[in-house]
Amino acid sequence: MIVYTLKRLLAGVITVWFIATATFIAMHQVPGDPLLNDKAVSAEIRKNLERRYGLDKPITHQYLIFLRNMLPPNPDFGISFTQQNRRVNDIIKDHFPVSAILGLLAIFFSAAGGVLFGALTAIYRNRLPDIVIMFLVILGISVPSFVFAALGQLLLVNVNSLMGYSLIPVAGWGSFTHMLMPSLVLGLGTMALLTRLMRTSMLDVVNEDYIKTARAKGLSPQRIFFKHQLRNAILPVITVLGPQIAVITTGGFIVELVFAIPGLGRYFVQAVQQLDYTVIMGTTVFYGAFLVFMVIVVDILYGFIDPRVRVQ
Amino acid sequence: MSVLDFSPARRTAQIEQLTRPSLSYWQDAWIRLRKNVRAIISLYIIILLGIFTALGPVLWQVDPALQDLNQVSQPPSLPKTAILVGQYEPWKGIVIEDFPPEAIEYLEMVDAPMGLRTSDHPTTQRVRLIWNPVHGASGYNIYRNQRYPEDFNDLGLPLGGTFAGNEVSYEDRLSLESRSYYYSVVPTDGFDEYESFSVVEIIPRTSITLDEARSRGLLPEGKTIGEEVSLKFHPFGTDYLGRDIMARLMEGARVSLFIGIFAPLFYVLFGVIYGGFAGYFGGQIDALLMRFADFVVALPFLLFMILFKIAFGIGPGESGIVPMLIALVLLSWPSTARLVRGQVLKIREQGYIDAARLLGGRHHYLVLRHIIPNTIGVILVTLTFAVPFAIFTEAFLSFIGMGVAPPHPSWGSMCNEGVKTMLSHPHELIFPAVFISITVLAFNLLGDGLTEALDSRMRARE
Repeated sequence: MIVYTLKRLLAGVITVWFIATATFIAMHQVPGDPLLNDKAVSAEIRKNLERRYGLDKPITHQYLIFLRNMLPPNPDFGISFTQQNRRVNDIIKDHFPVSAILGLLAIFFSAAGGVLFGALTAIYRNRLPDIVIMFLVILGISVPSFVFAALGQLLLVNVNSLMGYSLIPVAGWGSFTHMLMPSLVLGLGTMALLTRLMRTSMLDVVNEDYIKTARAKGLSPQRIFFKHQLRNAILPVITVLGPQIAVITTGGFIVELVFAIPGLGRYFVQAVQQLDYTVIMGTTVFYGAFLVFMVIVVDILYGFIDPRVRVQ
Repeated sequence: MSVLDFSPARRTAQIEQLTRPSLSYWQDAWIRLRKNVRAIISLYIIILLGIFTALGPVLWQVDPALQDLNQVSQPPSLPKTAILVGQYEPWKGIVIEDFPPEAIEYLEMVDAPMGLRTSDHPTTQRVRLIWNPVHGASGYNIYRNQRYPEDFNDLGLPLGGTFAGNEVSYEDRLSLESRSYYYSVVPTDGFDEYESFSVVEIIPRTSITLDEARSRGLLPEGKTIGEEVSLKFHPFGTDYLGRDIMARLMEGARVSLFIGIFAPLFYVLFGVIYGGFAGYFGGQIDALLMRFADFVVALPFLLFMILFKIAFGIGPGESGIVPMLIALVLLSWPSTARLVRGQVLKIREQGYIDAARLLGGRHHYLVLRHIIPNTIGVILVTLTFAVPFAIFTEAFLSFIGMGVAPPHPSWGSMCNEGVKTMLSHPHELIFPAVFISITVLAFNLLGDGLTEALDSRMRARE
C-alpha cells in the first residue's frame, strides 16, 4: 500500500512537471507582447519591467527559473503582469477557495442526486419513475451547462418576483444562498452521468451471487437493498468521481461567468485575454497539480472503501 | 439390418443448403440498429440537420451578416405585411366650435366620454382618437395600456391631454407596434381628473412609408399608398442587430458540425494508430507510449483548450475554427488510444490471431485483416460519442468568447449573445440552445443504439 502510494505520488510529480512545461511552451507561442498596454512606455521603463519579470534572459533560462521557483515547499509564481502590485500566489489564495467551495457543493449535489436517482430507477425499472428520470438524464447530458445556468437565473428571477423580495440572489457571491443555484447547475451534468452509471451498476449487482445468498438467508428486502446492493453498486460511481472532480472544478468558469462569481476560473480567462504570463502559468500549474493529486487521493481512498482493491 | 445400413449415406443437395441467408457482421448490426426506434429517429434527425446545413443556405438565401436596425430582436412570426403610407402629415385635431371650452359651472361628477373611436384607419405611424365632448369637462387626459384596464388606477401610460372641453381629439405617435392597445380618455376639470373614463381597444396596422420601403428595397413596381407590401420574413425572428436568426443558425451549423465531425474524425484516427501501435507491439514501447498518453490526459482540459487555441493564433478576418480543431485533436486523442490499445491487447491473445500467424500471416496482414476490423465496432461507438463532446466544447468556448471570432456565427456564440437579452427576447437564446441540445441528443442516442448493436458483450447479456 505504501509502495503503491509512493509510486503514484512520484508519477504525479512527473505529471505536474509535464503540465508546467506544456503550459510554458504553449504560453510563449501566444502571439502578442505581455508588457504592451494602453499606456505608452519609454525604453528605460520597458527595460526595467523586462528585468523585473525576467523577460530579458534567454528563454531556456526563464524556463529553469520558473521551474526552480515552482519547487515546494514554497512555490512562487511571481507577480501579475496586469495587476502589478499583486502576487499570483495571493490571487490563487484569494480566489481558489471560492471555486473550491462551488466545486465541492456541486460534487455533493451530483453524487447525492446521482446515487439517489440511480437507485430509484433501478428499483422502478421500466416503470414510470424510471422512464421519467432517464428522460431527464438524457436531457441533462444533452443540454449545455450555460443554458442551464441561464434557465436557473430565469427561475430565480421569477421566484423572487413572486415572493416580492430577494429570497435567493440571482448572481454574486457571499452567503450560502448565493451558492445554491450555481453549484446545482454545475453539478447537473455530472449528476446525469452518475445516475446513468448507478442504474447500470445496480442492475449488474442484482444478479450477483451474494445477493442471491442474502435472499436465501432470509434477510429482509430493505436490508438486502441497503447493506448489499446499494453499497456494492456505489463503487463504480466513486471511481468515476475522481476524474469528475477535474471536470467540475475546471468546468466551473462558465458558471462563474454567468453568475458573476469571483472564482479562479474567471481570472484565468481574463489572464489569457490580457496575456498575463505569470497568472496563466500560476493558475494552470496550480489547477493541474490540484487535479492530479485529487485523482490520487480518490484512488487511495478507494482502497479503504473497497478492501478487495487493497489486496491486489 | 441390411447392407444399406453400412453403406455411406447418399449425399443430397438439401443437407448443405443454408435455410437462412448468411449475414455479415455489419448486416447483423444494421438489423439490430433498425429495431431500435430511438436510434433510428436520431439518425433521421442527424440527416435532417445535415440537409439543414448543406441545403439550407441554398434555399434560404438571406445574408446572415445583414443587419437591419429597423427589425431588432423581432420574435419569431409568420410572414408579415405592411400597409404603404405617405409621409407623416400634421393633424390639426378636432375642436367643436359650439361647445364651451371651459365648464360653465363646477360639477362633482361628469359622465365618461361617449363615442371614443379613431378618426381613420389606425397604423403604426399614428393613431388618431376622437370622442364626443362631455358636459362639464374642461379638458381630457389620455392613457394607453397594453391590457384591459381593471379600474381607474390601471389606465397605464399617461400620453398627454387636451386643455379645453371642446378639444376632443388626440394623436398618438409613441413607438407603436402592431398589437392591441387600450386607450382610455378621462375628463378633467382643467386640473384634476374626474373618476370616469371610457376605453377603446385599437390594433394599429403595421405601416411603412413609401420612402422607407423604397430604401429598404421592399417596394415592388406599381404599388402606391394604401396597398400592402410584404416585409422581410424571419421565421425564427431576428437578433439584437436585426440579423435573421435562421440564416445565422445555418451558418453556425457549419461551424458546429465541422468541428463536431472533423475533430473526432482526426483524433479518433490518431488514437487508433497510436493505441493500435502500442497494443500490438506491447512491452517497453507500449509502456512508454501509454505513459505519455497519461500525461496528456492529466492536462486540465478546458484551460489547455483555451491556451492552445490562443497559442495557434487567429489572424485578422479568420474565424479561429482551425486552431480550435487542432487544439481539440491534440488534447482528446488519449482516450481513444487507451480504448483501442485495450481492445488490441485482448484481440492479440485470441486463437484466430495465433492461427493466422501459424499459417504465415505477416504483421500488416494480421493488423489490417484481423485486428483493425475487430476493433472497428468500438471505434465507431467512440466516434459517435466524440461528436457531441466536440460540439459541446466548441459551444462552451464560443460561449465564453474564446471560440469562433465574432462576425462568424456559431451556436455557442449565438447563445452567448442570447443570454444578454434572455429576459426580454428569450427566442435569441432558445433557438441556438435547442439546436445544440437536439444535435447532442441525437448523437448520444445514436451512440447508445450503436453500442447495443455492435457490442458482442451486450449481445450475450440479452
